[in-house]
Amino acid sequence: MSIKLLKQALNGQKSLTPMWRQHPLKERYDVVIIGGGIHGLACAYYLVKNHGLTDVAVLEKRYIGAGGSGRNTTIIRSNYLTPEGILFYDESVKLYEELSEALDFNVMFSQRGHLTLAHTDASLRTMRWRAEVNQLQGVNSIVIYPDDIKKLVPFMDVSDHLRYPVLGALYHPPGGVIRHDAVVWGYARGADQRGVHLHQTTEVTGIDVENNRVVGVQTNRGRIKTGVVLNATAGWCSLIAAMAGVKLPVETRPLQASVTEPLKPFLDTVVVSGTLHFYLSQSDRGELVMGASVDPFTSYAQDSTLSFVEGLAAHVLELFPSLANVRLLRQWAGLCDMTPDYSPIMGFTPVEGFLVDVGWGTYGFKAGPVSGKRMAELIATNRTPDLIAPFSYDRFFQGRLVGEKGAASVGH
Amino acid sequence: MILLTCPNCGERNVAEFRFGGECKKRPANPEESASDAAWVDYLYLKENKLGMQQEWWYHRAGCGRWFIAERHTNTQVVEKTYFWESSQ
Repeated sequence: MSIKLLKQALNGQKSLTPMWRQHPLKERYDVVIIGGGIHGLACAYYLVKNHGLTDVAVLEKRYIGAGGSGRNTTIIRSNYLTPEGILFYDESVKLYEELSEALDFNVMFSQRGHLTLAHTDASLRTMRWRAEVNQLQGVNSIVIYPDDIKKLVPFMDVSDHLRYPVLGALYHPPGGVIRHDAVVWGYARGADQRGVHLHQTTEVTGIDVENNRVVGVQTNRGRIKTGVVLNATAGWCSLIAAMAGVKLPVETRPLQASVTEPLKPFLDTVVVSGTLHFYLSQSDRGELVMGASVDPFTSYAQDSTLSFVEGLAAHVLELFPSLANVRLLRQWAGLCDMTPDYSPIMGFTPVEGFLVDVGWGTYGFKAGPVSGKRMAELIATNRTPDLIAPFSYDRFFQGRLVGEKGAASVGH
Repeated sequence: MILLTCPNCGERNVAEFRFGGECKKRPANPEESASDAAWVDYLYLKENKLGMQQEWWYHRAGCGRWFIAERHTNTQVVEKTYFWESSQ
């Protein structure tokens, strides 16, 4: 491998082949997917692979994986709170486990174990609740206490003299981290190889609707005729939906994250604290990847703020005081499409042919494979698969919200 | 955005405030004839605008009053802030 790389460096990398091709924009596609992130690409991939639909275009405003897919903190888990959520995310974990082989691309899924800390009696009770519901659905989650937590994370302060001492944790061994870019590129390459057209720098400027039916999409490169449009645009989903005349129960908030300089490996689990509002893992390069809750107000600007890192660092240092002299390397933000019940919105809308796979908030990346697979099934069969039926758009009109606030996010 | 002007207390750090979401009209006749759809629209659906947005803020570490700000959701420029009563 290294000799091959060296040779290519010397010959100007002429022998490298692109991961996916460029195509002229066709006049018509059977299915148009808006958004070239993990959700849109996975859906395109499974449309061809599982259902043989090849006349598919993915339209991306910038480049593949430019949005949340390249900005998240890569945590994969299925220890949710509601049976609907657990079953759904568990299928995603299983798809991730087989993904490297399926895509013939190493996505570096590292199932290193996931700890959600409890600092109050109330959150310990929620952890027990989650462990019980998880086990009933066949998901491996148990509640463990400071002695055992210390064995898993020796560098963490689990003593009882902190402001918020660690009382216990929900331990979820199948949880872990993944290389997010590899997942996105793998799906993009897999879809391209099977005949999907990936159009980068192609911005949707309008959606043509006639008699409450989608008939086409307008882009900065021209008009496309199509009967099926999937909105998979995360933070920008309200703007795309408005083009089709659909109003979503979504508000867009930035979610920031940061990494430290690389350190020698010392943390081999993912540590999450809802009370202290942070999550922490160590990447394969040794950097500590850290995130917290969404910003306190809505915004479409992907700005980094000092108040965010101040709060994050203070909370991380409370449990990991030995990191006090570690320097920050980078900080960035991505946009999250937050729903009132912290669950996604998948499926049909009142406009025929206009489908949504949105509302992914702070938990979209871990669900990419399963939502792609099930949305592809929905498009191919024109029926909502049972697994995603609880997350339909009309749940807001029928008063059956799927409350995942307690398990979906660290900020609430 | 670092500073926000409370119409009562003046310019303060934005950390003193709580964001209350975009302004919406309550359904007409909420107690009698408002339809379920009107309630769903009021409670859940959002415009989530990219541009100038009228939104609620609460000065929790100050005077404890709710007011309205007109803020651009991309540039974060706040054009004006005022009490709801004064806009009626």
